[in-house]
Amino acid sequence: MNPFRLGQNSWTALSGLAKSPWMVAIWPWLFIAVFFLTPFLFVIKISLSEAAFAQPPYLDVVRSVSDGLVEIKLNFGSYLLLFDDSLYLSAIWNSVKTALISTALCILIGYPLAYSIASSPAHWRVPLIMFVMLPFWTSFLIRVYAWMGILKTNGLLNNVLMGLGIVDAPLEIMHTQAAVYIGIVYSYLPFFVLPLYATLVRLDHTLLEAAADLGAGPLTQFFTVTLPQSVPGLMAGAMLVFIPVMGEFVIPDLLGGPDTLMIGKVMWTEFFSNKDWPVASALALVLLTLLILPFVLLRYFERRSELEDPNEAV
Amino acid sequence: MKRFKGLRLACLVLGLGFLYLPILSVIVYSFNESRLVTVWSGWSTKWYGALLENQQLLSAAWLSVKIGALTATLAVVLGTLAAYSLVRFKYLRGQAQFELSTAAPLVMPEIIIGLASLLLFVSMEKLFGWPAGRGQTTIVIAHTVFAMAYVTVVVRSRLAHVDSSIEEAALDLGARPVTVFFTVTLPTIAPAIIAGWLLAFTLSVDDLVVASFTSGPGSTTLPMVVYSSVRLGVSPEINALATVMITLVSVFVLIAGLVLARSRDK
Repeated sequence: MNPFRLGQNSWTALSGLAKSPWMVAIWPWLFIAVFFLTPFLFVIKISLSEAAFAQPPYLDVVRSVSDGLVEIKLNFGSYLLLFDDSLYLSAIWNSVKTALISTALCILIGYPLAYSIASSPAHWRVPLIMFVMLPFWTSFLIRVYAWMGILKTNGLLNNVLMGLGIVDAPLEIMHTQAAVYIGIVYSYLPFFVLPLYATLVRLDHTLLEAAADLGAGPLTQFFTVTLPQSVPGLMAGAMLVFIPVMGEFVIPDLLGGPDTLMIGKVMWTEFFSNKDWPVASALALVLLTLLILPFVLLRYFERRSELEDPNEAV
Repeated sequence: MKRFKGLRLACLVLGLGFLYLPILSVIVYSFNESRLVTVWSGWSTKWYGALLENQQLLSAAWLSVKIGALTATLAVVLGTLAAYSLVRFKYLRGQAQFELSTAAPLVMPEIIIGLASLLLFVSMEKLFGWPAGRGQTTIVIAHTVFAMAYVTVVVRSRLAHVDSSIEEAALDLGARPVTVFFTVTLPTIAPAIIAGWLLAFTLSVDDLVVASFTSGPGSTTLPMVVYSSVRLGVSPEINALATVMITLVSVFVLIAGLVLARSRDK
């Protein structure tokens, strides 16, 4: 691994290599620093500026007033507005609630699916997990769109239900919170199943046999052996659902109604319709703060589950 | 694991059914003759013909393909370098922070990446006059931020399984590090690089949110056209477009999967 532990005669080759690790590492580092990390400084700066009818639509925090004089004006108005107006608070609360419930639904549906795949015969596992991942790679927008055709008042689901005589009047699912849950669970299920499957497939089967030898029934075995051992994968999967759902825009916009407010949707409206960049930036920072905690947890559980082989998932 | 056999089979059928039925419904209804999407009135391929005449859609698709190819190429170069330095130069200072920064875009909500990138581009334009306005270049840069993270994961896991003693042997025999990389390392990780390119391309072509923030007038990508049309409701033309996209992506993903599977078997 370490080029500095090579044999004696390779030192001539290495004389030029001493600086080369940095020659390799510096390019991705620079790109990430400039285009991924620095932008957050500008988000902070613009969240503290004042909205204005200008191009771009805000007054810069740092302004040169006259020769050599620079004025720095911080405006906390956007943050005060966020905690003052119930619209923003209810959007934040609704995002947290939606993300929590969707994650719980993904666990309820995804766990049996991941468990079934992991306990299938070995030659079935790779094709099955590939089948689960394939929809993940097809257009996100199209997958949400598919549900619009199914859920709307005169859509596929209502036609089938009324055709079979199960319901008399069409169900009003479209443009409700229920439609948002369906859309989210559908779109994010593969994210949950994959890390959980990776953990389940590596479980130590001798423990199950030992439990069986000691007289534990299948259910006892599952709850005392399999479930506790799969917690790292379960948590990694849950975070991969929870974090992006908190910032979700497309699903509440297309499947939700006017009362399904979420941070992502409010941010989008503030930015594109109201041209209030400072408030949109402040919202982004609130969202980011809410996410840092679960992200730290994700890193912790990822290390524990040693989810190392994404090749299997492609 | 021989327990719950019937239950497990039921879970598989229900789970995969849930994942595939909505997609199937879009495909089936794309061949429906009626403009009323939910009323079946016979087989037809006329909506595919309508697609080919929609100039706005075709030019948006072409722009998306161009942005996707540029993004994937840039992401593969940067992602491979990142993966190489993460696996081979573990001793470098700051590697833990570097690792965290390369992985963070994987879970960062798109709306934050989009907004943050746009604010960067606007501020940079004010400070240095670059990038002048927004369009193809700014979308490619913003897409590379998250596409590169995926490439890094794929290439890194492949690289971790490559025996570094071959590289060391080449160095011992006097090959320069650059030569070693191009003649020994690159051919062994080529399948992961190809798969990474395809994944980055797919992610870029699919993205709506980041592109909406970083695009300018005259640079409308395919998802942006689809989104503005989908907001108005379900249409048979979009069903046809969706079917074309699903078919192309499935083919891409299957090729990427086969490339990786075959390289593992060797």
